[in-house]
Amino acid sequence: MNLFRLSLRMLRRDWRAGELRILALALIIAVSSITTVSFFADRVQLALSRESNRLLGADLLVISDRPLPAHYAEKAQQYGLKTATMTRFPSMTSKDESNLLAEIRAVSDGYPLRGDLRLADPPDGTFSEQVTYVAPGIPAPGTVWIDEKIIAGLDIKLGEELEVGAVQMMAAAMIAREPDHSVGFVNMGPRLLMNVKDLAATDLIQPGSRVTYQLLVAGDEERVAGFRNWAQAQLVPGQRIEGIRDSRPEIRAALERAEKFLSLAALASVVVAAAAVALAVRRFIQRHLDGCAIMRCLGASQATILRLYSYHLAILGLAASITGCVMGFAAQEFLSRWLSELVNTTLPWPSGMPAVHGLLSGMVLLLGFSLPPLLNLKRVPALRVLRRDIGKTNLHGLAGYAFGLFALSILFVWEAGEFHLGILVMLGFLTAIVVFAFLGWLLIRLLLMIRQQGTSAWRYGLASIRRRTIATVIQAIALGLGLMAMLVLTLIQNDLLKDWRRSLPPNTPNRFLVNIQPDQLQSLAAFFDQHEMDQPEFFPMVRGRLVKINDQSVRVDEYTDLRKKQLLNREFNLSWSEEMQSDNVIVAGRWWQDEEATPENELSLEDEVAKTIGVKLGDRLTFDIAGSPYTATITSLRKVDWDTFQVNFFVVARPGSLEQYPINYVTSFYLPPSHAGIMHELVRSFPNLLIIDVAIVIEQIQQMILQVSNAIEFVFMFTLLAGLIVMYAAISATQDERIYEAAIFRTLGAKRRQLIRAWAAEFAILGTLVGLFASAGATVLAYVIGDYALHVSYTFNPWIWLVGIVVGIIGVTIAGLLGTRSSLSQPPLLTLRRIG
Amino acid sequence: MINDRVIEAANPIVRAHALTKQVDTGDNQLTILQDIHLEVNAGESIAVIGASGSGKSTLLGLLAGLDVPTSGQVYLDGEEIFLLDEDERAALRSRLLGFMFQSFQLLPALTALENVMLPLELSGVNDARQAAQELLERVGLGMRLKHYPRQLSGGEQQRVAIARAFVTQPKLLFADEPTGNLDSATGAQIIQLMFELNRERGTTLVLVTHDEALSNRCSRQIRMAAGRIVN
Repeated sequence: MNLFRLSLRMLRRDWRAGELRILALALIIAVSSITTVSFFADRVQLALSRESNRLLGADLLVISDRPLPAHYAEKAQQYGLKTATMTRFPSMTSKDESNLLAEIRAVSDGYPLRGDLRLADPPDGTFSEQVTYVAPGIPAPGTVWIDEKIIAGLDIKLGEELEVGAVQMMAAAMIAREPDHSVGFVNMGPRLLMNVKDLAATDLIQPGSRVTYQLLVAGDEERVAGFRNWAQAQLVPGQRIEGIRDSRPEIRAALERAEKFLSLAALASVVVAAAAVALAVRRFIQRHLDGCAIMRCLGASQATILRLYSYHLAILGLAASITGCVMGFAAQEFLSRWLSELVNTTLPWPSGMPAVHGLLSGMVLLLGFSLPPLLNLKRVPALRVLRRDIGKTNLHGLAGYAFGLFALSILFVWEAGEFHLGILVMLGFLTAIVVFAFLGWLLIRLLLMIRQQGTSAWRYGLASIRRRTIATVIQAIALGLGLMAMLVLTLIQNDLLKDWRRSLPPNTPNRFLVNIQPDQLQSLAAFFDQHEMDQPEFFPMVRGRLVKINDQSVRVDEYTDLRKKQLLNREFNLSWSEEMQSDNVIVAGRWWQDEEATPENELSLEDEVAKTIGVKLGDRLTFDIAGSPYTATITSLRKVDWDTFQVNFFVVARPGSLEQYPINYVTSFYLPPSHAGIMHELVRSFPNLLIIDVAIVIEQIQQMILQVSNAIEFVFMFTLLAGLIVMYAAISATQDERIYEAAIFRTLGAKRRQLIRAWAAEFAILGTLVGLFASAGATVLAYVIGDYALHVSYTFNPWIWLVGIVVGIIGVTIAGLLGTRSSLSQPPLLTLRRIG
Repeated sequence: MINDRVIEAANPIVRAHALTKQVDTGDNQLTILQDIHLEVNAGESIAVIGASGSGKSTLLGLLAGLDVPTSGQVYLDGEEIFLLDEDERAALRSRLLGFMFQSFQLLPALTALENVMLPLELSGVNDARQAAQELLERVGLGMRLKHYPRQLSGGEQQRVAIARAFVTQPKLLFADEPTGNLDSATGAQIIQLMFELNRERGTTLVLVTHDEALSNRCSRQIRMAAGRIVN
């Protein structure tokens, strides 16, 4: 016999009769929220990383101190990637009598591969953001583009010629902004951009010149990754690969937060949807007990029943999952449109993976929670047709939930994409369920002890709860999970996201001034006063090279770790301070106190740097500062939030030991876009200052935070929907029973009002449990998310308890009464006959 | 050929031998059925009568193989059903038996037509619709094929149940208080219909009832009291 076709037919009949709506709806919402998030996260990630790659001018750089072998570019082209080259070196440029050390960048066609190079040709040498335009390619041979500092330093006008090495070239345009302007601290000097075709003629590249060769690569993300893997294996000493994550710690930090946040949001909707599915499956099974008994009576074997319903659920699952996927796709398409407006890029078509992901998730959820009760279903005795009281399968069997939870955890780990995070959240929910179950049971026991008091409605409500203790606890857990997810997201929206946004307020410093000489402090302060800007704080620093660790000489060549080499090759900026910067956190040791004088010099080192160079608390570091050694002991390790854009140092010393060395100062301040012209004046008045413009980076991160907040809000809608479905599923789980009871009570002469009161009492008790569960869970979860994913400390919000309990009571009572309302207005006989 | 018929006629279609059913009530054993011996020949119609709690429905459940006895045997069409496992008994039911219940036991999600088609579909018959429709027309519900049980009156629901019971052409029909949920006029119509079909199709009928009038329409009455056959 063709069971599959029969199953399909029965499914159609069930659907028509409205038996499958809750289950299908729960599944559709689960799958569509999973797919939306995973489609969307996919694309957001893509957009965010691509957006940040604009700051690099490419998706990936291959960097070398010797000319790069041709096979890198050839391989990149084989991968279908776009390439360009840049050769970078410092050199003098001159015009008439003036000379200036500039950073020369010789680029090939196609530069920049990501982001825009913006030019300006201001008549008077000053410009504002408004008059810049995107460069049409690269400088024509024989011409150069120069920045404001060269214009000021050489006193040159556009159209005039300047000397670059052995050739004279015409300054054709002014560089207003380069995409890769602010990557690293090395390229802060005046800049000159020229065509690589002119490079040989300048005769500037000689053996021993400090030249950096870069291959810029951009294209499809997977291909870039493929190329990166290939290139990684080809690197020889002196060559390295850089992506945005390698070069910008603050972008990396923000990206990682965003990713964690999105996957957490997805996990929350999975949990809520899973609760809805678990409940709906049980109702489905319960409603099919009679059908099974009749079919057994009509001669269906256990295997037939099992197969019939397995097909049944599988087809339903597949159909609902596909619907969910389509809806998820539509939702993310809408989201992505709006996103691409924000980031000004067309997003590539998403991969098929999220769809597969969604489909599998739907099936895992459904089968995980339905297989165990399904196995019970086949054991329904045929005798049930004669005696309805037998053959009630244990719908809330522990094994059934355990299997479902196991399936859910697999889904979790997969969804989180990170074993640790998945297990952590899963364990959190499991603990919550166990604690909730125990507390719920305890509370119900306590309530029953005071059952004798109170009105008859109250007593009847409690009696109902006692009869359904397990079902009530399970209902409360499911409702609690739903409400908890809603509360957590509300908390996240209101508190955590706000905190995150606040960590990068609109007036976050967007310019750094480096190399300020002590005698310039006063005139610089006057300059700020004159332009009615707030006085920034000036941080003193000296530069030194790390030469000894615990009196052992540091031999850079012996290290293989690239980052370590980079760190040791460059000079450290050593600062000193009485107080620790407010955004730093001590992770080991302690900050110096006023009164304790120590004979030794003390240092506080940034934690990551300490790990990279392999030193710990108590180690002695010796720096070479302007030719003389300076030794100090590490007495504390600090964690620094680099994405706050405050001035921060890897190495901070205790005041009193560094002051005799040549000091310069560094500061950061916020320059409103309307004041951009001031920079020109600053350059002219203080030609020795290095100005680092991080406005683009900050805008970037601010926009990222905004996008992620919006995305969370959108995902929140799904969780909300899932929460409503959970409520509906939980209320309907006992609805049949309730309607039947109502009919009996009505037959026995109970008034409408009496019944409503009794139910209201029962729902109010349930709602209180739900509110308590949800508030407790939400508080813990928000704390964990804040601490783990967002690195903002969550401040306890007592309101959430009030809101949780009130919403729990009112929500559950209203939903419950609405769900059972129909049975009140029906003549009891109809109900009794229907339920039979 | 002729011998086969003779043998078949001589063999009772239902035979119960020393059937006993006890249930454990925790403290002691409660005997619901005790040492029942019963034979029903093909084409016969018997009524099992007795007060509530006399064990009528339990006997019916055992004879139909819906439940298992504490001891004793039941042979249906010559086959000893308690030597079969639950699935084999289900297959036997599907081949031999039709059922009618006091509470009709229609599937609420299926229309009248689909409810009647179900047993045929379960046994893999291709043209379920045709047969089901014909029977529904025969029981006077030709106009209500697409109605759901809840849209039908009690009498109509029981007609659907009759059609479902007869659609597989069973040799044997078990009916448990088929008029119990119906008013007397409707009940009489249902009984009329049931006996008509029974006659037309030569079905053997085992009917549980406490309605004396109804039992008198059967060819034989078996009276039960306290788990025993008393006549």
